Amino acid sequence: MLHTFVALVEDKPGVLTRVASLFRRLNINIVSLTVGHSEKTGVSRMTIVSDASPTAGHRIMASLYKLENVLQVDDVGQAACVSRELALIKVAATPKTRSHIFELAEVFRARIVDLAPESLMIEITGVESKIEGLIQVLNESDDRILEISRTGRMVMRRGQHTSRVLDAMRVPSGESESEPIAEDDEAEITEEADLPQ
Amino acid sequence: MSEAKFAGTRLTGAEILWATLEGEGVREVFGYPGGAILPAYDALRKFPIRHILVRHEQGAVHMADGYARASGKVGVAVATSGPGATNMVTGIATAMMDSIPLLCVTGQVSSKVLGTDAFQEIDITGITLPVTKHNYLVTRAEDIAPVIREALLVARSGRPGPVLVDITKDAQQGSATYDFAASAPEPYRPHPMLRAEEDSVLKAAELIRSAKRPVILAGHGMIQSGARKQVLALAERLQIPVASTLLGLGGFPASHPLSLGMMGMHGEAWVNQAIQQSDLLIACGMRFDDRVTGSLATYAIYAKKIHIEIDPAEINKNVKVDVALIGDLAEVLETLLPHLAPREGESAWMREVNAMKGECSVRDIQNLPDTGHLYAAHVMNDLWHATHGKAIVVTDVGQHQMWEAQYYKHEDPRTLITSGGLGTMGFALPAAIGAKVACPEKEVWVIAGDGGFQMTAAELSTIAQENLDINIAVVNNGYLGMVRQWQEFFYEKNYESSPILSPDYVKLADAHGIPGVAVRTRGEVLPAVKAARERKGPFLINFLVEKEDSVYPMIAAGSALHEMIRRPGHNPLIETAQDV
Ligand SMILES: Cc1ncc(C[n+]2csc(CCOP(=O)(O)OP(=O)(O)O)c2C)c(N)n1
Ligand SMILES: [Mg+2]
Repeated sequence: MLHTFVALVEDKPGVLTRVASLFRRLNINIVSLTVGHSEKTGVSRMTIVSDASPTAGHRIMASLYKLENVLQVDDVGQAACVSRELALIKVAATPKTRSHIFELAEVFRARIVDLAPESLMIEITGVESKIEGLIQVLNESDDRILEISRTGRMVMRRGQHTSRVLDAMRVPSGESESEPIAEDDEAEITEEADLPQ
Repeated sequence: MSEAKFAGTRLTGAEILWATLEGEGVREVFGYPGGAILPAYDALRKFPIRHILVRHEQGAVHMADGYARASGKVGVAVATSGPGATNMVTGIATAMMDSIPLLCVTGQVSSKVLGTDAFQEIDITGITLPVTKHNYLVTRAEDIAPVIREALLVARSGRPGPVLVDITKDAQQGSATYDFAASAPEPYRPHPMLRAEEDSVLKAAELIRSAKRPVILAGHGMIQSGARKQVLALAERLQIPVASTLLGLGGFPASHPLSLGMMGMHGEAWVNQAIQQSDLLIACGMRFDDRVTGSLATYAIYAKKIHIEIDPAEINKNVKVDVALIGDLAEVLETLLPHLAPREGESAWMREVNAMKGECSVRDIQNLPDTGHLYAAHVMNDLWHATHGKAIVVTDVGQHQMWEAQYYKHEDPRTLITSGGLGTMGFALPAAIGAKVACPEKEVWVIAGDGGFQMTAAELSTIAQENLDINIAVVNNGYLGMVRQWQEFFYEKNYESSPILSPDYVKLADAHGIPGVAVRTRGEVLPAVKAARERKGPFLINFLVEKEDSVYPMIAAGSALHEMIRRPGHNPLIETAQDV
């Protein structure tokens, strides 16, 4: 079963090794790991997706907390959250075969970000299944994929249980609790709001 | 000189190291010099810190470990880079497995050449990452004071553990303004999953009230938390028998009528039977190690389980529990006790347990006639009597360790010092040095096998140099005894590589200026112990014991806790032992 953890960690040398080493020690495979700055200076945010037994969640979380550089851990599990992944896909394409790839990209709300005589590059953002969908369609339509680079999942809880920034803004509880929470698959609303750049 | 005198002045990194340690109350360190730590050694004499020069860096860490276990304070070990640092690893892992608070300081090559495979450069923070609670690499003099202070805090707070601080040579040589107070670490951040919620406490109280056959499992956490008073209160209030893990021995007084003794692989039969028949286990600061549970599938299947533990990662790790109370044992029990009313008189359960005890006590060594053989159990029993169960006993790893745990009845916390989790042979002699340095007024005994003693025997020289009043008992059976026992039981007596030659230990001691005697019969045991105790300064006794004796009862790895291998025959000691 896939477990997704969001960890806020100190932005210091060696912290990634400590986190990675913990999973190695438990013999648990990390499916994806994204790291970057968070809303706080000196604090990085990691989204870790790992494949472990259904009961392993507690142990992983408790063990992560034992690392001195780990400040906060959230096992997002089944919680309502927004999940995104970014992928760059380079596809072999000649001027003749390009146009149908443009169409595909359109359907998947992906963008063409590079064009060369023999290839083009697609940028796509979304939940993993959407990215996998595009890859599958490309494979099925005989377009040769030359390279794929995926960031892995990034996750943020919706509503007031999300980031510490919202927490700090002290949205009165109860008020937003009663708000309907959108499900992951219905995340299209947010996507549509994405502005073309 | 005191750290206050230095405050606000400019010091070298090396001076800051010692000033900070002094400020933190450190008065003794165990170490060994070398190139990358020489600036620190050069500055040492300006500070009121005693340095015990060891013979091997593994010994330095075991000494710091013994110091910590005996005193409850953080033990400090120092070594140079490269081989000095790698020699520490076994000691650090030993401390990690038993949750011992240590600070290990290593020298490192200059920051300018880090990562270039410079002479004696080794990535010790990388190597020790999985065996330390945390570690640090320090490359600037101004970081030394805050890092050392934080490292000490990390080592001793929450579930304690070893912390390593690797300091580059240029950081030691550089200078910075020293300010002890300003270097104070952020207050300790307790594990956010620490909680003993009110409803869990109530649920635990309800389980305890309704239990008919409860057993308390007292672990190392009882000693580390200083929870004797609370565990005694819980046991006495409801007449609950108390079984101890190896590292929990001494936590609960052995002479207490509710004390059962050690559980697990070499626990007494009645202890394991009580656990298997129990309907409620109250685990107090222990982690259900495989050596205490036997096969998990058959472990205490009739029992509900309450787990009181400071490390949330231990909950449901090995044994699924019904109620988890996460926190410091003494504190959690303080919140639990008010919910429990006293129960009068001996319970039917306690009578049952005592009856089980009666059946097993026939194997008690004291009930057997003196046949002229010397058994290790005799040695432990007589030593226990002679020292009234009050000495600090530091054991090594093997059969003698189990016999000590069975026959030396520890009354007080921190009087049994042994490597439980890692089972590190060679631990006893150096750890005893640490214990003696921590508690000079206490009587300290080393009990080591002939195998393990030879692993760190070089530290005899440290004992001689420091003239430490340590009594050393070598339990000499001519074998790596515990290996031989496994070979006897599970490998058709194929004694491959388990017979081991020893030097003449009395002569070896003599070469160090340490007096000693050899003991071959039971009658000689007490006089030798007396001589050792009367002598101020070190003394060694070479106990030449029965060669092929085994530790009983035993639960074979993977068997159920009640499936014990018992001594064969009626007068089993004599049957299993070989005539000399
Ligand atoms: C460093 C280390 N190496 C190997 C072992 C495996 N081992 C466990 S007990 C034992 C035999 C110990 O022999 P000895 O010290 O003579 O004690 P005895 O069992 O005879 O009392 C061995 C080899 C160990 N625990 N530690
Ligand atoms: Mg031996």
